Amino acid sequence: MHGRPRKPLKPVDEAAVAAKAEKLRALQSEFLSNHQNKIYSKEAVELSAKLLEINPELYTAWNYRKLAVQQNLAQCESDPESVNSILDEELKVVENALRQNFKSYGAWHHRKWVLEKGHSSMDKELGLLDKFQAMDARNFHAWNYRRFVAALMKRSDEDELEHTQNMIDKNLSNYSAWHNRSVLLSNLMKKAAPGFTSKDEVLTREYELVREALFTDEDDQSGWFYHLWLLDQTVRSEFPLLVSSWPVEGSDISLPAADYLDGCASMNVFHYSSRNFPLVLYFNQSVRGVNSSTVSVSCGFNLNIDLIWKPLSSTDSQSAKVWATHLAIPDAELHSSEAYQVEVKVGFSQGIVSTTGVAYSHPSQISFQLHLQKTPLESGQDSRFGRIQWKDDCFAVYEPGSAEPDLVNLLDNLTIKNEVESTASTWQARIIDDETNIFRDLLDCKIGKLTVARLLTAYNSLRPLDKPVHCKEVLELYSELMKLDPSHYQYYKDNHSLVLLQQVTSSKESLLSRCFHYRDSTLSTNGSPLCLRLNNLAISQLGSFEKLLWVQMLDLSNNELQSIEGLEALQLLSQLCLSNNKFRSFTALESLRYLKSLKVLDISQNEIGSHSIDTTRYLFRSPLSHSVGSCDWNINYLSSETYWEAFFVLKDMGLTQLDVAGNAITSKSFNVFLEKLLPTLKWLDGVEVN
Amino acid sequence: MEFNPPLLTSSQRTLSLFPLPLHFPLEIRTAGEVEFPPPPKRHAPPLQQALNTIESTLVAMGELAADKHVKYILAVEKRKDSFESAVLEHLRMNGAYWGLTTLDLLDKRDVVDSNEIIEWILKCQHESGGFAGNIGHDPHILYTLSAIQVLALFDKLNVLDVDKVSTYIAGLQNEDGSFSGDIWGEVDTRFSYIAICGLSILKCLDKINVERAVNYIISCRNVDGGFGCTPGGESHAGQIFCCVAALAITGALHYVDKDLLGWWLCERQVKSGGLNGRPEKLPDVCYSWWVLSSLTMIDRVHWISKEKLIKFILNCQDTENGGISDRPDDAVDIFHTYFGVAGKTVAA
Repeated sequence: MHGRPRKPLKPVDEAAVAAKAEKLRALQSEFLSNHQNKIYSKEAVELSAKLLEINPELYTAWNYRKLAVQQNLAQCESDPESVNSILDEELKVVENALRQNFKSYGAWHHRKWVLEKGHSSMDKELGLLDKFQAMDARNFHAWNYRRFVAALMKRSDEDELEHTQNMIDKNLSNYSAWHNRSVLLSNLMKKAAPGFTSKDEVLTREYELVREALFTDEDDQSGWFYHLWLLDQTVRSEFPLLVSSWPVEGSDISLPAADYLDGCASMNVFHYSSRNFPLVLYFNQSVRGVNSSTVSVSCGFNLNIDLIWKPLSSTDSQSAKVWATHLAIPDAELHSSEAYQVEVKVGFSQGIVSTTGVAYSHPSQISFQLHLQKTPLESGQDSRFGRIQWKDDCFAVYEPGSAEPDLVNLLDNLTIKNEVESTASTWQARIIDDETNIFRDLLDCKIGKLTVARLLTAYNSLRPLDKPVHCKEVLELYSELMKLDPSHYQYYKDNHSLVLLQQVTSSKESLLSRCFHYRDSTLSTNGSPLCLRLNNLAISQLGSFEKLLWVQMLDLSNNELQSIEGLEALQLLSQLCLSNNKFRSFTALESLRYLKSLKVLDISQNEIGSHSIDTTRYLFRSPLSHSVGSCDWNINYLSSETYWEAFFVLKDMGLTQLDVAGNAITSKSFNVFLEKLLPTLKWLDGVEVN
Repeated sequence: MEFNPPLLTSSQRTLSLFPLPLHFPLEIRTAGEVEFPPPPKRHAPPLQQALNTIESTLVAMGELAADKHVKYILAVEKRKDSFESAVLEHLRMNGAYWGLTTLDLLDKRDVVDSNEIIEWILKCQHESGGFAGNIGHDPHILYTLSAIQVLALFDKLNVLDVDKVSTYIAGLQNEDGSFSGDIWGEVDTRFSYIAICGLSILKCLDKINVERAVNYIISCRNVDGGFGCTPGGESHAGQIFCCVAALAITGALHYVDKDLLGWWLCERQVKSGGLNGRPEKLPDVCYSWWVLSSLTMIDRVHWISKEKLIKFILNCQDTENGGISDRPDDAVDIFHTYFGVAGKTVAA
């Protein structure tokens, strides 16, 4: 019951109410008896009409009327006049019911059912709708019915667009009309109807219209989402494009021979070997069809098996933004003195398609060099696994040229140059410039600030190769929004984090300033891994993964992260620190399942296990979603019932070091569970595992 | 070796049975009654303002009046003389689900006689396998899910002829992947969710074409990130719950633009802390569930203020006679009592 006061305004005559209820019950039971006995006499049918007028939601009564109509129609098939009178009667009953309850699903459906028979005139319908919509312009039943009638009458999208314009002119605050407009415009642009072929012109017109709404009442949400849609239409690339890859174009990679890696994989600079060399493709949108026929890999040595490309996606889908494969190069094929040129050709033959069905039509080629490094390992590094400690004094500022000579060159070429993007963006840039200038006049309110922040971000997305501009201003805007609208603090905070990461990853200099050598007593400088430290940034969401594909050691500690969605793109990742964040469950760490090279993980000092209803439970296949096969859970000897989330995320990982202390879930039995689950584990919470 | 389902707390188990989306605007209205305009802005005098603050703080510190709500639910079941109870008789199966699930969430499931309930549920089943909203009414997918959920709640799914019920549900799938509510062919994404949820509880999802079912739901996605009843239908928080939940169960959440939908959903929170179901509408306790659980499923629940929402829900309680209403000081009903308690449970 909606909108009825708890304490009635007038004293209630309880006897009268009881009598009314009694009468209704009597009618209902008489009706049900008619229905059961299939009585369709005039009186019986009239009784159902009376009942529906009082209670339009009584679905069985609508069903009964349909049965009666069917029977009556069968008796007078040849007489159009009787047919019409039978159906007209139904339309009348519906109309009366709708006057009682405008939101009755059953009544609206009954009307559709009658009209679909094709005998009734449609002329009355739009008039009737106008009458109802004048009472409530937002009723979504009426709008659905309007779309149904328009389709049945074959009214053109142009005419319906005109109708939305009229509704908007009457009241700018009609979200339903804006919505219908977005549906119609999408159709018209998709089929390139006359007058709708130039995206530039259509969007310019629409921006003008929605601006009127936003500037009339900035707190009215009706235009907010429409404007965001227009912005998305302006900058979104319809074409799937390759954004970045690993290895990057032109890089020169030293590959440790497999012989020298066995047994000490966790501590070497390189966490890939010739037996397991990852290739990663990062697209601008989700695509499917990445396989050995659409992506060809040629090299100076013999690859005798077809590569299997896997989508890095947490669902079972065959589409993803990021795809990876692993090369297994037989050592016998490589000579240490030679460099091997490898070429990855993407999309030269057809088959890669976006989820919206647009084919990948801008083939890319990535070339890089591989050579085998057969340097003997230094003493102290081989036999024992040292424990990684994420302490500040274990990190030394990066000195160019010492550990990874190729890094500087590599960071210069993180983004792939796509010609389509740089040439086609003139009108988009113009629109965004204009909008930005106009919305700067609205900077004293929430939607003004948010829109300017989005416009400036969109401007950068049009020119992915250039250094982002206005980052400082955008960050400032989001900070102001956090104060202005504290209920949605975290939304602005997450956006703030994304822009901050764009800024950090935007240039070689900025990235290098966050690169450190990891050093401890057991390692010489030569063997020291390079760590990207994005700690203490107060970030709550991760992004800019396309710029981070090269990272092997990552420190994200002391942030405000709740999820690591997207981190699965970092296929080289071998050591990861997530301590002192805000993770509430293992399911929030699901991306870890795709990081097959991960050896060292620190998730200590979080909130895992502190909430009884896990915040991301429904994000992945779980026993609760009834889709996990029992074979997955064939581990009775473990306490998997209690720790099934941890089990699900960690089970196939080859971790050698894990830190989980400082979470609500930790206990002695949990540690026992972890030791059983992870037989490769050497260190658990700083203690050596036997 | 079979996997034994994890042991869950009462509320976890209950919520895993996803509440039923019914007629979102379960309206009993008089002719011509339309949405209320938002109340005019008033500036209270300083003293009054201070008093309001104190009062709202006190309420915010309060808790669910659990015992009162339990009493209210039991009383609703007994009241036969009210006009509402007569009007709602045809959807008693939904009422049973709301009431019993609320009792379960409040850890009071055992105050009712489960055998009596199960006996009544089985009397509502038809030859077709589907369940009606009450004895003597027609079968419909809406009530079929409620029946399954109540039986699951009492751990009594074994009384069902699973094959028969699942065949009934699967038989309602159309060529385009959508689902009809019953033999009369009304199509709605609510029914897609209901079919998928019901079949997944019965572990019979293989009886339908899941891919087509998912594709139909995707065809109802809008440019604001939300979902409507049918293709082109306006986004609505209840409808979004149905579509997102159906995609979650079928492992197809990658079709949801989480950031876009998340913004639309989090903007449902209005100044009072309550949530509305569409832009420019009044807040309503039932959306505590539809919006909150949708945000939870797409991992964006931190984008709203849970504290303010809880405060709003608690303010909608009738602390005297039990029950929760759509907005503070409105008349309580079992539908909003359920969604208030469920929302509070997830938010807490």
